[in-house]
Amino acid sequence: MTMSDTPTPELTGGALKRQLGRALRRQKLRALMLVAPLLIFICVGFLMPIVSMLVRSVENNIVVETLPQTITALESWDVDSTELPPEPVFRALVADLQVAIENRTALNLARRMNFEAAGWTTMMRRAQREMPDWDLETDGPFRERVLDLHRDWGALETWRSLKAYSSPYTTGYYLAAVDLTMVSGHVEAVPDNQALHLMLFWRTAWMSGLICFMTLILGYPVAFLLANIKERHANLLLILVLLPFWTSLLVRTSSWKVLLQDQGVVNQFLVWIGLVADDNRLTMINNKFGVIVAMTQILLPFMILPLYSVMKTIPPSYVRAAKSLGANDWTAFWRVYFPQSVPGIGAGAILVFIMAVGYYITPELVGGPSGMFISNRIAHQWYVSGNWGLVGALGTILLLAVLVLYWVYDKVVGIDNVKLG
Amino acid sequence: MALPTYASPLQRIWYYAFRLICGLIFFYLMFPILVIIPLSFNAQDFFTFTPEMLALDPEGFSLKHYLDFFTNPDWQLATRNSLTIAPMATLISVSLGTLAAIGLSQSHVPFKRAIMAVLISPMIVPLIISAAGMYFFFSAIGLQGTYWGVVLSHAILGIPFVIITVTATLVGFDRSLSRAAASMGAGPVRTFFKVQLPLILPGVISGSLFAFITSFDEVVVVIFVGSAAQKTLPWQMFIGLREQISPTILAVATLMVGLSILLLATLEVLRRRNERMRGLSAA
Repeated sequence: MTMSDTPTPELTGGALKRQLGRALRRQKLRALMLVAPLLIFICVGFLMPIVSMLVRSVENNIVVETLPQTITALESWDVDSTELPPEPVFRALVADLQVAIENRTALNLARRMNFEAAGWTTMMRRAQREMPDWDLETDGPFRERVLDLHRDWGALETWRSLKAYSSPYTTGYYLAAVDLTMVSGHVEAVPDNQALHLMLFWRTAWMSGLICFMTLILGYPVAFLLANIKERHANLLLILVLLPFWTSLLVRTSSWKVLLQDQGVVNQFLVWIGLVADDNRLTMINNKFGVIVAMTQILLPFMILPLYSVMKTIPPSYVRAAKSLGANDWTAFWRVYFPQSVPGIGAGAILVFIMAVGYYITPELVGGPSGMFISNRIAHQWYVSGNWGLVGALGTILLLAVLVLYWVYDKVVGIDNVKLG
Repeated sequence: MALPTYASPLQRIWYYAFRLICGLIFFYLMFPILVIIPLSFNAQDFFTFTPEMLALDPEGFSLKHYLDFFTNPDWQLATRNSLTIAPMATLISVSLGTLAAIGLSQSHVPFKRAIMAVLISPMIVPLIISAAGMYFFFSAIGLQGTYWGVVLSHAILGIPFVIITVTATLVGFDRSLSRAAASMGAGPVRTFFKVQLPLILPGVISGSLFAFITSFDEVVVVIFVGSAAQKTLPWQMFIGLREQISPTILAVATLMVGLSILLLATLEVLRRRNERMRGLSAA
């Protein structure tokens, strides 16, 4: 017998290992193949669009693409100088704008620059009227002619902001998202009457926190009751929690709108029992109060259900043991029962908070200007101003906040542990 | 939590007070949903109970808001759109979602947590951000303002619910049943349809109900991704609520409450069936 006839024990082990490895790989591959269609669908249809929207928040191609020669000519001009740029810059500007007017991109530039300072649309419209007739070779010098078109061309601010937004990427939208602005290359706070975003972020945060706290205060007793009565009764009462959960968000929001109106059912009832005078009805809608009342009711099931599923697993014998050792009802609850329900509080609170910070519909319909959330501002920027870069910047900040909470939720509860209904 | 016979008066008071508090919270949960039902039969265009209604006078009630809903072309178009978009979106999210959930439930899946996080993310990301992102994407591929654009975006929003519910039922799935089927010569496809699917069906159905209601109730994404031709029921309600609020909305809302009761009942039947089946297998 030679060594070559019989496989050594090491070799058999190796072959077995290889075979096992192959089987495992096949298994992994099969599992991945089952997941792949959906994963690709979500990545292409959801993640990619969101990432590309976030890229928009730093993109700033319009100025460079529309005024390439001007930007190059401006390089030698110092932002802090008190002199207007020299003649070559104006000549380059005329050359660039002639091309832009021909390609019909001049108004895009105006729209872009209008986000930073008003007045660009008029400047561009006048340029569109006059400039195409100028001859670059013979009609110079252009400095005076451009200044004649619109006096803003003679303002240092115009050139400073052009220079500030001349790179293909900008932090400008992020600055705007936190109420800052870039003036002459320096970062400054925007005037108080325009500062809105930080206040809205703060309002979204504290109102979501308050709503989260309210759902906890109201949800805890209900979950406790459900977990501690006969299962037959609990199942019946659970329907009262699940029906609102399954009812359309718009239905619930519209019923709050109907209830809380000046001429609504709640005011009608208060007038009827004589608590409120008929001509002095309470304003409960289009303010923060309306948003808090409506959103607490809408999000309450999301607090009750996780609390209930945790409380169901708490053995009643612990509380009994505490009582038999001399604890009164409160001590037995606070020292023994409550600590065991904390995981449910964590799960419910993070879930409600995550949902609340992204709410749009309810604040839009019952909030009015004073109950507006950051989502409403994003939608407003989208529809009214078409400022997509700012939409991207505000969205990124909101998304980052939610992702941090999502990460915490994963640590506390585990995403594979989410239960519904 | 029955009251013991030796309870002190204070304990007695607290026992009933606690129940009263819970009752009030249940009232707060249910009242807004219940109150719109009688209001939707209002004969006037008011949002309050008229004196006739409070006196239970038949004159005070009418079906005119329902009549408006069933005859107004705007509402009819919206209903048709909702009923064609939601089932298709559900079909896509349930088929892809069930496959993926089965894949994820196997042992040795690499990057399981990361994949799960990605698949659940549409539920977490604020709707306004998803909507804005999807608007650009669907415009770029020419699907913005089309039926398929709305269907695909709703399918994405429904997927997390399918993944969660199906994964939950797969946890209780006995893997030896699949092996038994395989040992008797059934191929993977046949094993899936004959053995695995019937057992996880309750999870699949409740997942599809979630996906359906997600699409049926969704308004932000459809406003961004869709155009007027894809106007859905929630969209029409949203417009109605933001501008001149018309009482027809109450009739629609009542019908939608009816739909959610139907969904809830279906889920309850499924849950009982599931419990019964598990009870049998344990015995």
